[in-house]
Amino acid sequence: MADKESGRARGGRRPSGALLGVLPFFVYVTIFLIVPTLIVVIGAFFSQGSFSMVNIKALGESAVKTALWQSVILSLVTAVLGAVIGAVLAYAVSTAREGGIVKRFVTSLCGVLAQFGGVALAFAFMATFIGSGILAGLSSESGGLWLYAWNKGLILVYLYFQIPLMLIVFLPAVEGLRPQWREATETLGGSTFTYWRKVAGPILLPSFIGALLLLFTNAFSAYATAKALISQGTPLLPLGIDGALSSEVVLGQQDVAKAMALEMMVVVAVVMTIYTILDKRASRWLVK
Amino acid sequence: MTGQRAAFRRKQAIMRRVVIGLVLLFFAVPLYGMFSDATKDVAGKHWSLATWRTLLDFPKISTKYPDLKTGFLASVGLAVVTVVVMLVLLVPTMTWVRLRLPGLTRTVEFICLLPLTVPAIVLVVGLTPIYSWLTGWLQYFFGPTIGSSTIWLALAYVVLVLPYAYRALDAGLRAIDVRTLSEAARSLGAGWGTVMWRVVLPNLRTAVLSASFLAVALTLGEFTIANLFSRTNLQVAMYLLGKSDAQISVAVGLLSLVFAFVVLFAMSFVGGARSATSPMTRLRRAKKEPA
Amino acid sequence: MFRAPTRRTALVAAASVAAALGVAACSAPSSSSTSTSTSGGGANAASATSAQALGGMDALVAAAKKEGALNVIALPPDWANYGEAITAFGAKYGIKVTSAQPDASSADEIAAATRLKGQPTAPDVFDVSQTVADANKATFAPYQVATWSTIPADRKDSTGVWVNDYAGYMSVGYDSAKVPAPTSVADLLKPAYKGKVALNGDPTKAGAAFAGVQMVSLAEGGTAADISKGVDFFKNLKKAGNFLPVDPTPATIQSGQTPVVFDWAYNNAPISTKLTTWKTWIPDNAILAAYYVQAINKDAPHPAAARLWEEFLFSDEGQNYWLKGAAFPVRYDAMKAAGTLDATALKSLPAVTGTPVTPTDADNTTAKDYLTKNWANAVG
Repeated sequence: MADKESGRARGGRRPSGALLGVLPFFVYVTIFLIVPTLIVVIGAFFSQGSFSMVNIKALGESAVKTALWQSVILSLVTAVLGAVIGAVLAYAVSTAREGGIVKRFVTSLCGVLAQFGGVALAFAFMATFIGSGILAGLSSESGGLWLYAWNKGLILVYLYFQIPLMLIVFLPAVEGLRPQWREATETLGGSTFTYWRKVAGPILLPSFIGALLLLFTNAFSAYATAKALISQGTPLLPLGIDGALSSEVVLGQQDVAKAMALEMMVVVAVVMTIYTILDKRASRWLVK
Repeated sequence: MTGQRAAFRRKQAIMRRVVIGLVLLFFAVPLYGMFSDATKDVAGKHWSLATWRTLLDFPKISTKYPDLKTGFLASVGLAVVTVVVMLVLLVPTMTWVRLRLPGLTRTVEFICLLPLTVPAIVLVVGLTPIYSWLTGWLQYFFGPTIGSSTIWLALAYVVLVLPYAYRALDAGLRAIDVRTLSEAARSLGAGWGTVMWRVVLPNLRTAVLSASFLAVALTLGEFTIANLFSRTNLQVAMYLLGKSDAQISVAVGLLSLVFAFVVLFAMSFVGGARSATSPMTRLRRAKKEPA
Repeated sequence: MFRAPTRRTALVAAASVAAALGVAACSAPSSSSTSTSTSGGGANAASATSAQALGGMDALVAAAKKEGALNVIALPPDWANYGEAITAFGAKYGIKVTSAQPDASSADEIAAATRLKGQPTAPDVFDVSQTVADANKATFAPYQVATWSTIPADRKDSTGVWVNDYAGYMSVGYDSAKVPAPTSVADLLKPAYKGKVALNGDPTKAGAAFAGVQMVSLAEGGTAADISKGVDFFKNLKKAGNFLPVDPTPATIQSGQTPVVFDWAYNNAPISTKLTTWKTWIPDNAILAAYYVQAINKDAPHPAAARLWEEFLFSDEGQNYWLKGAAFPVRYDAMKAAGTLDATALKSLPAVTGTPVTPTDADNTTAKDYLTKNWANAVG
């Protein structure tokens, strides 16, 4: 309530006036995001042009359930590992000289690698670990099959874009830490641990959790790289969607693909809710 | 005390070198794998520059693959338009929500994350009617050529960029106290436009740059949507070129990374090192300069 | 505190939906007239069922040149020598050929036509699998090429809605520098092939991989309809640690990551021009042949060029391009009788001894049902 009143006092406008400020954004996303999403969501409940729960029922098949489960695990593992390693990297980079070559080089490289994927990325790893690649010795006994397993090789491959993404989205938060705060902590007799526990940690935590959420969804929806490495079966949900959309053997599964997409949205909505609760806790901790 | 600080700095420098060194090594190894594959002869036994020679023979390659130039120009245009639309759409909205409509924070955040829940292949299904409607109008106004130009894909790319841009900008906004800054500026008589342009934006330099980085990298690397809408951007053209020869496809993949890196590296020099000054100092400075 | 945001959210949502709908409700006026004006003289080409209907071949060429462009889709340049055929067509008639989505599936081709309907980038012609063609006849325009009478009757729709264009034999490609030459399909289960055997795609999604399983089924004593033996083979291959789940590409073949690949002979054979140790082998007891289908998009943005492309593909010249790419052109018998087969191109066709099996629709349906139920468990 306090927010609203002070807003009124400051701007001298009613809240509906303030709403005009966000209207362009909402109109844009309605056209290019909400409507397309709704088309997909509604499509999930239609089969051959009439209302039906067939597609939703198809989600109960054991192959789809396994794919969902494995997708969640893969996304969670690569999000946590990527976030931790990426955060450490971000901190290391933030201590480099502002405007120095190290910082520019690492951030530019990470910007590129964060969006690197597909057949090219899959090939890069194959060229490294299989055949005459420089690290092929590591996998000579197993024939390199570990690289094509969703719970082994794919984790490593996903980290290749998760860590750079973490650096890019987390660096602004780390750079927001001011050296004066550390100095103040030291002046007051605080140790490095105290600084991280009481000052930097609480400030960074909300951004860290937010970035974790982004990394999770990023891995969750990635498919081109996985498709190039594992083309047999349906180890991950996005691969199931791709297969349902473009199968030339079993036709007419487009609506099932929409149902799977709906399932993905539900998962992210659930994760988003957990995040909201965590973020509120974190904010409260911050106030303390 | 100074000795202690110097020791701390030394320790920090060592930590920095070790961490950055290890991560860069992890990044470098697969890239080297690609490089060595493209730089060998067909049998994979001896080093050879044949692939690079074919690829860097610009006059020949541009006459043989005219799409490459079209795709290159299209991607550069797409990158610029995507970044501009994204910033114009997101920075004021996010700041405004923070200042005046905090209740909408979650809604905006969820919307911005939504594109990641819908894989690009599915988003295309949803975008199909939108684009057939949009293209109809664009062709009506601008004629069939411009109406079905690749550049309009930027409108969809903005949506793809939202999750990354939101996170980067949000981290930046959390790091500065927008409310205090804007209240200070407002109490000194600045209008909302001035607050946005002279106070908020300069303080968000790193965040805006991060968001733009991701937008440019995403646009230059985007393949799925352009491919499915049969529009030629850089990746689509390069992919087609790569289909002509296996080693060229690998070299092309590496080259497009190098190109994106060069663009981002150049971008990182834009704006200069201004963020070293504190926000309040800058606010004072902004006040002194004529509005 | 909690109510205000909800009300605001609802308000914004309502306002933005209203604003969006306001613009979305009306579509561009006369979008159909703009599309006809772009095709110019092609207005009657869109309904022409033969070159005669347009006033002869010269009139068709003139109309196609006026359109000046052709959009093809899902034609990788290394697939059945399409790269050379496209270049030759473009040079011969001065028509700019745009090749979209080279790696798309047959289903993707139809999806693209629906998605891009009314736009100048929509595909003009299709090259699809028989299954997809049968399911989408309504999206094709009937057309009979000049060489229509020399195409066997069981290889075309009687009205010309679709026509078989070329056939391929399912084959095993292998790098003789990396693995011993297989003498039977069962050889591939041996330890020498550990982590080395790949199938071109998932058989429940890709036609080539589907045919691969059918071929193995024949080799193992099954049929094209009863593919249980084929699925069992891949199950054992996986158990032996020999089966690679990776999607093979020319890049993975050349750099040695996929030393054994099940794929159409017209995909495997051309690789040996680059990688000389790459051999294409068709087992004598399992010769599986399947035809692909040509069709014209009924909403083709370049209807005359689309028809000219078909004329080109089914001419002796076009058929020889496929032959050169190790594909078996549909007019093979007629051209052999007339002596118009390209003798050098003929050599690239892989040698087969035995009778090829061409699966029927019924075979494919039975096989598909078994596959969808059992494949994931076999290799998952």
